[in-house]
Amino acid sequence: MSATAKAYPRRWRRPATMIPDPRWRYGIYTALFVYLVLAVGSVEVNWMRVWEGLDRGWRFVQGFLQPDFTSRWKDISAGMIESLTMTVTATVAGVLISVPIGIGAARNIAPRAVYYVCRGIIAASRALQEIIIAILLVAMFGFGPFAGFLTLSFATIGFLAKLLAEDIEDIDEAQAEAVRATGASWWQLVNYAVQPQVMPRLIGLTLYRFDINFRESAVIGIVGAGGIGATLNTAIDRYEYDSAGAILLIIIGVVMFAEYSSSYIRKWVQ
Amino acid sequence: MPVMQTENGPTWRRRTPRASLALWAGWLVFVALTVWCWQVMTKDTIWYFVTDAPQQAADIGSRMFPPRLSYIEKLLWPLWDTINMATLGTMLGVVIAMPIAFLAARNTTPSLLIARPAALFIIVASRSINSLIWALLLVSILGPGLLAGIIAIALRSIGFVGKLLYEAIEETELTQIEAVQATGASGAQLLNYGYWPQIAPAFWGISVFRWDINIRESAVLGLVGAGGLGLQLQASLSVLAWPQVTTILLVILATVVFSEWVSAKVRHAII
Repeated sequence: MSATAKAYPRRWRRPATMIPDPRWRYGIYTALFVYLVLAVGSVEVNWMRVWEGLDRGWRFVQGFLQPDFTSRWKDISAGMIESLTMTVTATVAGVLISVPIGIGAARNIAPRAVYYVCRGIIAASRALQEIIIAILLVAMFGFGPFAGFLTLSFATIGFLAKLLAEDIEDIDEAQAEAVRATGASWWQLVNYAVQPQVMPRLIGLTLYRFDINFRESAVIGIVGAGGIGATLNTAIDRYEYDSAGAILLIIIGVVMFAEYSSSYIRKWVQ
Repeated sequence: MPVMQTENGPTWRRRTPRASLALWAGWLVFVALTVWCWQVMTKDTIWYFVTDAPQQAADIGSRMFPPRLSYIEKLLWPLWDTINMATLGTMLGVVIAMPIAFLAARNTTPSLLIARPAALFIIVASRSINSLIWALLLVSILGPGLLAGIIAIALRSIGFVGKLLYEAIEETELTQIEAVQATGASGAQLLNYGYWPQIAPAFWGISVFRWDINIRESAVLGLVGAGGLGLQLQASLSVLAWPQVTTILLVILATVVFSEWVSAKVRHAII
């Protein structure tokens, strides 16, 4: 026992939790740093244009704080009616189509061939963004809310059918077993064993999708599929930031209302 | 359980007559509302265009194939821009969302009356407005280019990351935090040693998840002038160059699949 023994460390350092191996850790840090430098370097910014724009940005903030609901009210209300009706019909149609597809895409109650077909439909619907589908559908069906209705219905299928199928795959098998033991047919099995278990979740998902569809309906108008998005696009193009602020506030209000009422309805259903 | 008296004795019913009547009335109102909405929505629809759609679809389909694969060369630079827009936007959004999440979480907020509602409003406002609309606004303010796209992505990400993160903060375990507090740690040390280790996995998971979503969104932001693949898409659409449109859609699809794969791998490794 000599004085050369290593002194007991007086300071504690927190061990790395995410990536324990230091070589990997510093390697990843370096790679990230190099990427960041390259990425930031390749962003071209016209600072003169940004400087000029700051004035407009300030006007937008003012417009948001003092929204102008009145001078464009006719356009805004027409856009809102289109958006809301589009959302309601698209959600209903989407749910009606996605329930059979969701049942078909559940591995535990659907035959293998049906399962693959339904999973294919879901993948196709989820592959591309709403806005791209809207562009294609506007090219086929012409401008207006009908193209928007089709876009939202199509997008609803991918979302709802996928989650419904996952829900059905997660049901309590004991109940299905009990119903099957009574000699129930496939339809009776779905009706008495599966439906009661997934219904509260299905209602919750439908309300959530309604919310999403409304938000999306504000976007697809930009490419000509009807709704409040077209009104908003026009307002911004004309630099009427006070009207744009009013529209954005209305969208936020409707989304908040939908979110609160849907949480209320979900509590009531469960 | 309601029981109904019939000629053959009592039978079991699922609902009382009153409940089934109410349910029936509810469905009636719902169907009527849907039909009414349908009528209002299709008031101005030109049905000729709708019946004509299959021919239009066949026509566009025949123009879209085969895709012009040689166009991919010109897409590499916009692809790099798109990925940068998503990555830098996510980073910026996460950096802003972090303090907002701590303000919004019930257990860390400095004031329940002022700071928490304000933070929650920022989160809801950011979540209600799609990144395309943010981009539309920012392009008109800052001019077209990647910067507008990056900020649009960041603004949209604040709400998403903030919401999930503040829920994670509210779920942290109090005992560990009290243990750190008992050593006499300052507020910053409490955040660093008490909260951060508990929320770090959720934080990285949420960030990567949002990055994956942002890749999808940044691919189309160019439609309103914010740079990247969407700009090429807009250009090809406006000259009706359908074979190029197909190529761009294929590139977007490949990028989305790739980012989904990366995010699934990373989240699997973390959680």
